[in-house]
Amino acid sequence: MNQLTKTILILMLLLFMGGGVFAQAADEEALVDTIGPPAPSPPTNITVSDKPNDAGHGLIIRWELSPDDGAGLNNVIMYDVMRSDSPDGEFSSRNLVPSGDKVYVDIEDTKPTEVLPNPDYMPANSTWYYRIVAMSDQQVSSVPSETVSGTTIENIFHWGKLPILFGVLIFGSFLIIFITGAKKGKELYVRPLAGINAVDDAIGRATEMGKPILFILGLGTAGDIATIAGFTILARVAKRTAEYQTRVLVPVQEAVVLAVAQETVRTAYLEAGRPDQYNPDDVFFVTALQFPYVAAVNGIMLREKPATNFYCGKFYAESLILAETGNIAGAIQISGTDEVAQLPFFVAATDYTLLGEELYAASAYLSKEPVQLGTLKAQDYTKAVVMVFVIIGTIAITFGLPYILTLVTVNL
Amino acid sequence: MTFFEKMMQIDRRWVYLAIGLAVIIPAIIPFNVPVSVSPEVEKIYDFVDSTDTGDYIFISVDYDPASMAELHPMATAIINQAFEKGIKIVFVTLSQFGAGMVEQLTNELATKHNKVVGEDYVFLGYRPYPAITIMAMAVDFRVPFPSDYYGTPLDSLPMMNGIKNFFDVKGVIDITSGNTAEFWLTYGNGRFGFPLAIGITGVMSADYYQYLQSGQLFGIIPGVKGAAEYETLVHYPGAGLDQISYQVIAHAVILLFIIISNVAYFATRRKKSKIGGSI
Amino acid sequence: MKREIPILIVGITGFTMLIQYFIPTGWSEFIFTYAQDWTIVIGILALPLGIWSLVKANVSKLKVPGERFYSSVLLGGFLIMILTCLSRENIRMGSFHMDIFTYVLVPIQATLFSLLAFYVASAAYRAFRARSILATILLLTAFIIMFRFIPLGPISDLNNSVVTWILTIPNMAAKRALWMGIGLGATATAMKIILGIERTYMGHD
Repeated sequence: MNQLTKTILILMLLLFMGGGVFAQAADEEALVDTIGPPAPSPPTNITVSDKPNDAGHGLIIRWELSPDDGAGLNNVIMYDVMRSDSPDGEFSSRNLVPSGDKVYVDIEDTKPTEVLPNPDYMPANSTWYYRIVAMSDQQVSSVPSETVSGTTIENIFHWGKLPILFGVLIFGSFLIIFITGAKKGKELYVRPLAGINAVDDAIGRATEMGKPILFILGLGTAGDIATIAGFTILARVAKRTAEYQTRVLVPVQEAVVLAVAQETVRTAYLEAGRPDQYNPDDVFFVTALQFPYVAAVNGIMLREKPATNFYCGKFYAESLILAETGNIAGAIQISGTDEVAQLPFFVAATDYTLLGEELYAASAYLSKEPVQLGTLKAQDYTKAVVMVFVIIGTIAITFGLPYILTLVTVNL
Repeated sequence: MTFFEKMMQIDRRWVYLAIGLAVIIPAIIPFNVPVSVSPEVEKIYDFVDSTDTGDYIFISVDYDPASMAELHPMATAIINQAFEKGIKIVFVTLSQFGAGMVEQLTNELATKHNKVVGEDYVFLGYRPYPAITIMAMAVDFRVPFPSDYYGTPLDSLPMMNGIKNFFDVKGVIDITSGNTAEFWLTYGNGRFGFPLAIGITGVMSADYYQYLQSGQLFGIIPGVKGAAEYETLVHYPGAGLDQISYQVIAHAVILLFIIISNVAYFATRRKKSKIGGSI
Repeated sequence: MKREIPILIVGITGFTMLIQYFIPTGWSEFIFTYAQDWTIVIGILALPLGIWSLVKANVSKLKVPGERFYSSVLLGGFLIMILTCLSRENIRMGSFHMDIFTYVLVPIQATLFSLLAFYVASAAYRAFRARSILATILLLTAFIIMFRFIPLGPISDLNNSVVTWILTIPNMAAKRALWMGIGLGATATAMKIILGIERTYMGHD
């Protein structure tokens, strides 16, 4: 083979090789064009821990952001948190978490029933497997992260409610101190309440005028503290009216309240030594609806023209209607409610008003029992502790020390 | 008895007559009242306005016929604004009388804006126990409401595709005359942190401004005045702006009576002290 | 024993619910749900008692000349509503029962609610007098709040700001103080009931 032929062959070989390289590059380019937008990287360092302070129905999943979340490809828009009940089982999406977030709380505490089966229910002491997929703005998902498991644990104590427990213990301690002191005969001063002091005069007025007394327990249920406070005042008023042989009318709006009110008044008459004067029809159910109840009570006020009206319990929009109608009927009116929105109406329209906690304290004031007064003092001292906390907290936060908030923050 | 003494003991029926005329006269001779918008109402308007077309808001209609006069106008104004923007609405009611209110609203406004149930809005229905219902909806709307009010499974409604719970809607507006606002605050915003605003009756508003101040609510529409302000913002004059004229006159009459009573009080007090001084 | 047993039941139930509040376990949830369900059951069981009381009281009032008319209206309405809803079809929209509800009861309720407007005026006339310094402060605050409904141009904008300040600062402070007192008072009353110090709700002292 002469030199020229060799040269031509070498050149042809080089051309073929170069063409192959270019062809491969072109193929690769063509291959790249058919692959599509780049997939983001998955998040890393997944941890799964029990959600605290619950009955074992939740897990907290934490992770480190994908390298392409806010950096790198910068194309992550959300994370799909997926769960399965076994490491090799089918993973289903629990929720989508926006980019930048590093935590998801998975809770499923609705127990399955025959009517509403809940396959996602997480019972206590159950193990769940999680993996997370990062999703890009081009609808491309990353490969799934590592699979990490966690077990739900039924917690014995709700640490988030610790401040409430402290409050109860502080109050309980004051209660014990003052009740013990009261039982030993220590005299306890409580400030006078005009509304309470007027109760006897109001009952006397009704007796002199020969008119009945109207006692309204409001629209609360028998479980409401305001209604219970109303029962205690009703008991004292009924006993006094039994002694003075004055009629007391008690229209009620709730059936359980009726049962308790009837028993309260009946026992009061019994204790006053006048059981024969008790008329069960004087304590009667009217209706369970708000405004029909108001209409009925207004009618009673305008027909019976009671000399004294007591409003002790839970009231809503009807408070002013009742109080003004009582005013039209010419009655002296003593009111008390813990519904803060209705207090201004009672203050404007009735003669005496017990504001909020004063209604609850009425029982202690009327009975003057040392133990009852002791609980009042305990209440006042606890309030003083709360005021100290408020002052300390205000100063601390003003000077940029929010740590005190952790002492009083309740995490439900 | 002097004039001032008579004024001190005026028969209340004159007061009732004056108030009666104060609400009847604007009905016979209607007039417009310029309304200045308060920031807490404007924030709700801005929230709906900044919601994109096709996004979702959640409205809880929790009032009964007795409060309809005060709350229906604000609900109408919000829904008008949302429908005009093409925002999808998820309705629910936690009040036993609320279903009738939602039906009235949707029947009227969906027809007006050519909106289709299941595509542009959905009404989940009513469930008792607001706290439990709110917490269940925070997990998945389908837990307390597997189907909507009309019995259609939620999963078969086009607009519920991909919408699971409160975190998939922009925010919640509760329109209420009862205590459901407290449940939304405690079990909704308090527990899950989603944006919450309320529309309430005027008498309730004093109780809820503190939640505005603490940031638990991003807006409040208080009573008829709030409804009138919202209607002014959305340029959809309705019952709110109609009723505000009655409120203006009635309030003016009440203020006038208060002034008269105080003038009479001071006049009679001065007379009594003069008599006392002379003795 | 007749007195001690109810107090014991109340005490045990009260302490159980108090402890239950701090324990988030499954059995604790069960106790809470069980107690709630029983509260609902008791309420429903007590309803016939209320209905019986209503009917009995008004039947006896039929003999009293002054009360006869009102009691007969009440009993008549009661009977009509009962007789018109004996089957499920009768409580659908458009039925006679629902028509009475929609066109009689609902407007009457709305009318009663609207009485508030008149009563607010008469109560304000009587109550808002500058008898003392505190009454004067109340009067001036009421003035400022009510003025926000009257359009006065730029004065309204200033007034709106003042009203918002009043509602979000002093009003909020006073309400929170009241609620703190109510919270402590409710706790004290509940403790008194659980410990058996407060027994008047049982009808005994």
